[in-house]
Amino acid sequence: MEKVIEIQHLSKSFGTHEVLKDIDFSVQKGEVVCVIGSSGSGKSTLLRCINLLEKPSGGKIIYNGEDILGDRHDIHAYRTKLGMVFQQFNLFNNHNVLNNCVVGQVKVMKRRKEEAEKVAIKYLNVVGMDQYVNAKAQQLSGGQKQRVAIARALSMEPDVMLFDEPTSALDPEMVGEVLKVMKDLAKSGLTMLIVTHEMEFAKEVADRVVFMDKGVIVEEGPPEQIFNQPQKERTREFLKRTLR
Amino acid sequence: MSLDWVITILTDNWPMFLRGAGMTLWISVVGTLIGAAIGLIIGIIHTIPMPERGMKKITLKIINGLLSAYIEFFRGTPMIVQAMVIFYGSAMAFGFDMDVFTAAIFIVSINTGAYMAEIVRGGIISVDKGQFEAAQAIGMNHFQTMINVVLPQVIRNILPATGNQFVINIKDTAVLSVIGVTELFFQTRTVSGNNFRYFESFFIACILYFIMTYTITLLLRRLERKMEGPSNYSMIGGLPMQVVNPEDPSHKIKE
Repeated sequence: MEKVIEIQHLSKSFGTHEVLKDIDFSVQKGEVVCVIGSSGSGKSTLLRCINLLEKPSGGKIIYNGEDILGDRHDIHAYRTKLGMVFQQFNLFNNHNVLNNCVVGQVKVMKRRKEEAEKVAIKYLNVVGMDQYVNAKAQQLSGGQKQRVAIARALSMEPDVMLFDEPTSALDPEMVGEVLKVMKDLAKSGLTMLIVTHEMEFAKEVADRVVFMDKGVIVEEGPPEQIFNQPQKERTREFLKRTLR
Repeated sequence: MSLDWVITILTDNWPMFLRGAGMTLWISVVGTLIGAAIGLIIGIIHTIPMPERGMKKITLKIINGLLSAYIEFFRGTPMIVQAMVIFYGSAMAFGFDMDVFTAAIFIVSINTGAYMAEIVRGGIISVDKGQFEAAQAIGMNHFQTMINVVLPQVIRNILPATGNQFVINIKDTAVLSVIGVTELFFQTRTVSGNNFRYFESFFIACILYFIMTYTITLLLRRLERKMEGPSNYSMIGGLPMQVVNPEDPSHKIKE
């Protein structure tokens, strides 16, 4: 298995508050990794550090063998290789559904417009939103917005998809439709790194589950191990609180 | 009687009033547009993320400092004084005679630019941080983010304030009469200087100013509504939530 992203000794502080402490972690090609942990454990920050929305305070991020924190590395080109799905969807308010998926392809990847539209419609189809190409972001429900956001990220044809609590801002009845899309994607062999509070989902789709607490990775392993025979006391406590 | 005088003055001098109003409108339209462009450009530059070190950081700091000085200076001094300084100063300092019309456009533009820069800054702040992050996450640089995602939203947000600035400009071009710009106030003074009917002449000017400002207000409201776009959208194709498709990567696995 080849490592797509490898993180070495990553740390991140906001002022004096140390959010991530010496994280070592990697994602293999084709792997679905779920990161779980209570709020404030640093899991979202870890994800945001990986695509450099937050600048790490220390450590290395190695993508396909290249250190992307190096001085000369083009971070914009690197980011196109990572698809990001946000908790708050963040669809572009000034674009309709189709253009949300097209604008990045045309402006960043310099694809031709017709080609970009074809790609966009293909992925809007994957998430079941291809009929809404003319709608604006404000006219969609939360679940629909999130599915478009997933299509927007997929349209850039990234190597890895990052999901930052994609269902946490949704009404309960809309969580299912987004998780279904994500399950389909996981089955298709896409490399995914998912920060989530949905334990059942993690149990079902993850190849590996990572449990974080207070800025460190406490335990990681296959879902059967993490959920059924957790090795660490902190993992057991967390699961007892969340699964009940 | 006053009303008779108003009619007489209008019939005798309507070309002068019209030319004056035309000049006023022309200067304020061009000045507001250039000013808005200046404001947007300053907004883009002001929001460039500060590099951590090196020449780029120093250059950016100097540029930001100069821009702030420009904004503060032109917001902090009266346009009538700026007009005198720039018009007579350009002849004295650089030895070139600016023609009055160019000077007028120049003064209104840079004055509006200073105000617009602040309005744009407010507009950029009001755009949700998630919009910037989403644009960056698909690999856009600062310039692409601004042009494709942020500024279109900023322009919509600042349209009411820009309209306000436009209306102010129509009225404030009156001060340019001090450097001899033949706008509405200047023309009215000429007319009233000939007939000594100050009240009636300036009453006409008053009405003309109001017609211009109110028309602009109405036009901008209509533009705002237009930028909102249609409130409906049409669906394409058959039933919603039809997920399976031959090209669908998730489908390939199921086979």
